[in-house]
Amino acid sequence: MSPVLFELLLRSIWETVLMTGASGLISLVFGLPLGLALVATDRGGIAESLWANRILGAIINGFRSVPFIILLVALIPVTRLIVGTSIGTWAAIVPLSIAATPYYARIAEVSLREVDHGLIEAALAMGGNRWTIIREVLVPEALPGIVAGFTVTLVTLVGASAMAGAIGAGGLGDLAIRYGYQRFETSVMVAVVVVLIVLVCGIQWLGDRLVARLDHRG
Amino acid sequence: MIGAWLAEMGGPLLSGPPSYLRSTETETEMNQHVAAELADPIRIQPAGPDDVVRLVDLKRRFGATAALDGVSLTVRKGEILGIIGRSGAGKSTLIRCLNGLERPDSGQVLIEGREISRLGERDLQPLRRRIGMVFQHFNLLSAKTVEDNVALPLKIEGLPRAERLARAAELLQLVGLSEKAKAYPASLSGGQKQRVGIARALAARPALLLSDEATSALDPETTRSILALLKDINARLGLTILLITHEMEVIRSIADRVAVIDAGRIVEEGAVWQVFANPKSEITRSLLGGIRPQLPPEIASRLLPGEGAETILRIDVAGEAARRPLLSELSARVPGPFRLVHGGIDHVQQQPVGTLFVAIPGSDALHLAAVIAFLKDRGARTEVLGHVAGSV
Repeated sequence: MSPVLFELLLRSIWETVLMTGASGLISLVFGLPLGLALVATDRGGIAESLWANRILGAIINGFRSVPFIILLVALIPVTRLIVGTSIGTWAAIVPLSIAATPYYARIAEVSLREVDHGLIEAALAMGGNRWTIIREVLVPEALPGIVAGFTVTLVTLVGASAMAGAIGAGGLGDLAIRYGYQRFETSVMVAVVVVLIVLVCGIQWLGDRLVARLDHRG
Repeated sequence: MIGAWLAEMGGPLLSGPPSYLRSTETETEMNQHVAAELADPIRIQPAGPDDVVRLVDLKRRFGATAALDGVSLTVRKGEILGIIGRSGAGKSTLIRCLNGLERPDSGQVLIEGREISRLGERDLQPLRRRIGMVFQHFNLLSAKTVEDNVALPLKIEGLPRAERLARAAELLQLVGLSEKAKAYPASLSGGQKQRVGIARALAARPALLLSDEATSALDPETTRSILALLKDINARLGLTILLITHEMEVIRSIADRVAVIDAGRIVEEGAVWQVFANPKSEITRSLLGGIRPQLPPEIASRLLPGEGAETILRIDVAGEAARRPLLSELSARVPGPFRLVHGGIDHVQQQPVGTLFVAIPGSDALHLAAVIAFLKDRGARTEVLGHVAGSV
């Protein structure tokens, strides 16, 4: 592989890490509260409101049912509004975040729903309010699942970021298509695949380690 | 409620809640109360100043089934009241009404004289801090250490961390788990988990402890130690305890009074030893079946109504009557052979409670009548169960 290509590879790794990291963080910040809202407003939840639950669920399902490549293009006006341009790595972070947030909300919802209702009842019996229940019961008890779900989301984002090349965001996927596939640079293709495997394994390993440390359920 | 809202809105046109809203509300409440008092003689008890809990005609339905069908009950300060019933009898609903986890459809829940069943969540929260609760499945937070679990009610109360942990250490000492302060609940045995649960329930110095089948998930030995701990806390701290259970053994070991609930109604209530000695309702007898002597089935199956070689008597004695030399007096006063088939004397709340099954040979009706007359005279409840053909 030529030094030029090697430099391209390094830049693409950085772009992928940036896109995955930034959109992952955003999906965590918005997805977790959404997941909490889904659980809290559901039947028997701490802030039961079935119509709110249905509306929220419908919006989340709507975003989740649009294929990412279409969302990428459809969101161009929104992207332009937020980052000022519709091209480049930062421009890709907007649709990636918008796709990952509802995805992560659903994953967080599953973990939060698994928290034993008896624990919520115990906190209520102690005189706790909703905020107490969220802070002391729901989030800490579901934390292993919340972290494991975040790991899954990050890995999914690594894959999704490959499509972001379509709007000139760069990244490893883009490199593999333009050089590895269209220019028959097999070495680039192999390098990209190896880097992606290492990246995904690394994320998963870190996530698993963190979950093991957080999980005290015995 | 509307009145309060209007008052909050203020404004020149609405300087206060319309008077008709306030007066009608209180009047209907009072009328309901008076009507309720007249309707049921059980409820016309003077409300003692020592009543920690007073329930008045509590009703709660779930769909077509009535979980609570007019429950009236009083828990006095410092006592242990046990509520026993089969599963589905309404026990859980009842205990959950006491801290507002469940709302009754009608009736009153008075905690330390204050009606709580219509309070909003926000007003219930400080009240719940006065009521500790222990759960069947412990309900400890797996992500928190033992000391943080115990300190959680104090965190909710807003105490600083140092104070919380000091109090938690004190309580863990009380329940004998000081060395487990930094452990996570998953590493504890069932009995240890329940000790943590009890410590947590006591953290905020409650006036009342509710125990929701606290020992039902534990083995017999652990059950005994947990019950001993509850009894000890009751004696040492003077804490009022209301516990629900489906095991008579629990009632027998620690309760002062027992209330039997069936199909949402209290069917029997009284001092534990008296209910053990003289159960009035069928359900109580059936719940007592496991721990009181019963006629062995091989004899029961051979009982005949008419005549036989032996007559089988059931003799129930309790209290003073059971302290006297009943059987030796019987053989002295009414000479004739009899033999003990089965039975025993138990001690419940330091009171002897005995059930004896006696076989009297022969079919002499006069002799039998004399025996029964003597026993009744001595304060023993006596019942002819039947006759058996051959010797048993």
